[in-house]
Amino acid sequence: MKRYILSRILTLALVAFGVSVLVFISLRMVPGDAATVLLEKHGDPEQLEILRHQLGLDEPQAVQFLHWLASFGTPDWGRSLRTNAPVREVVLGRILPTVQLAVAAMIVSAAVGISLGVFSATRRNSWIDYVARSVSFVALSVPSFWLAILLVLFFSVRLRLLPSIGFAAAWEDPWQSLKLTALPALALAIPQAAVIMRFTRSALLEVLGQDYIRTARAKGLRERKVVYRHALKNALISVITIVGIQMGFLLGGAVVVETIFQWPGLGYGAFQALRSRDYPVAQGIVLFTTFFFALVTLLVDIGYALIDPRIRYD
Amino acid sequence: MKFIVKEKAVGFGGAIVLGIVLMALFPQAIAVADPNRIDVSVLLAGPSLAHPLGTDELGRDVWSRVVVGARVSLIVALAAVGSALVAGSIIGVVAAWASGRVDNLIMRLMDLAIAFPSILLAMMIIAALGLGARSVIIAIALVNTPGFARIARAAVLGIKGELYIEAARALGAHESWIITHHVLPNILPPLMVGFSVSMGFAIIVEASLSFLGLGLPPPHPAWGSMLFKGKDFMEISPWGMIGPGLALTLTVVGFNLLGDGMRDLFDPTDRR
Repeated sequence: MKRYILSRILTLALVAFGVSVLVFISLRMVPGDAATVLLEKHGDPEQLEILRHQLGLDEPQAVQFLHWLASFGTPDWGRSLRTNAPVREVVLGRILPTVQLAVAAMIVSAAVGISLGVFSATRRNSWIDYVARSVSFVALSVPSFWLAILLVLFFSVRLRLLPSIGFAAAWEDPWQSLKLTALPALALAIPQAAVIMRFTRSALLEVLGQDYIRTARAKGLRERKVVYRHALKNALISVITIVGIQMGFLLGGAVVVETIFQWPGLGYGAFQALRSRDYPVAQGIVLFTTFFFALVTLLVDIGYALIDPRIRYD
Repeated sequence: MKFIVKEKAVGFGGAIVLGIVLMALFPQAIAVADPNRIDVSVLLAGPSLAHPLGTDELGRDVWSRVVVGARVSLIVALAAVGSALVAGSIIGVVAAWASGRVDNLIMRLMDLAIAFPSILLAMMIIAALGLGARSVIIAIALVNTPGFARIARAAVLGIKGELYIEAARALGAHESWIITHHVLPNILPPLMVGFSVSMGFAIIVEASLSFLGLGLPPPHPAWGSMLFKGKDFMEISPWGMIGPGLALTLTVVGFNLLGDGMRDLFDPTDRR
């Protein structure tokens, strides 16, 4: 186990390094460097050279890369080309909103997905099961950003129940925060709930077919106890993996939904930064998000190994 | 009974996909109006006989724009997923066939690519390469390649030790002959399932990108950019964003059904 965790952490470090190389290279390929962005079209060539020198852009790419990489070990991650704000503050300030949205979406999707999955599996092949499966199939195919717009149309434009734009931190103004988080969280949660539902259903059905379930039934246990105590506990192990992977995606992939709701998280931040060619911020966010995602995946894998004694990685 | 259910998924999904393909191939036959014709007398109208899905903010027919938009979505997704399928399969087969260190190195590289959140990766690639169809296709292809590499590798590992491979080798067949004549045909089914599911995913990514203004530049009607425009006018009339959203969802449902149904057909052990 220790060896497994160690090798995974090593892989994570390699992934982080590889990602940083890719981020660095791809954003260097963009036509026009930071100096041209800063001066827009006003600067003459001489000023451009001076600025390039100040920003260290006249150094060899490899040196620039090492400087940039090393900066993440210090408090100074560079500055935004647009607002001159420190990149570190911009990135760190965007983590909490993203985490809040991801946690809210995960709670909703896991609660709905797991209970619907159990409901469907215990009524296998009934019309209710059939309806639940069909609905989940459509739900998992709907693009969440269209769902987001539909939710805004219904709850904000028509019913005027919930605000469509804005953010409030859960620990500062819980009620306002709940109202603001509801729609983006639902838009993200509905497709994911469908995936969790399908996973729970098939995992539970597989467990219910096992010998020890027949034994449990044969010794006269109530069906409730068989399903919840014996079967669900084992089925949930594989469901947890899916929930964990989805958490990773939520932390990194909610770009479009965050943009629709102008949610001040990492996804919207990445979009704004890339669009305004604010490369230091974009690099910081992409690097951080990817690292976040890889870290969550690692934790899920380790957690998986800890919960399930049958899994041995080494 | 179960067999019929499976056939239904393939049939139903296939029918939807076929419908979208027909839209993309013969838009003139299916569209009721010129998708770019501006008509200020019917701005933001609801559905009617003349405009089955209503009109947008410039009075253009939404149905016709949805039909024409199918072509952009399908061509971009097909080019991207097709390239990913070829590249991913080659990578996966090489990794599985080489095994050992080469395999390890290749698959770690694939892990690296998977570690990027896909929209973010696509956005970065487009930032680096500039706007346009080429960038979008390359971005979506790169996002999808590691998945195919994993599928191909797992499938090859599954059959590598089979007797017919050993027999071919014993008969003196060249490695490349074995790969093209024995390995490839046998790993095709899981790759086809992956292809169908990836098409649905690619269409969503393409729509997301064009929604963010990173897709094909106007005047090409793309579902994502139509949704973006429609969103701004939905307080007056939601029809500008309902049509393209429905088309998008239906297409993804079609590809997912097709992929799911094929998976069940190809895998007789997994009967649920």
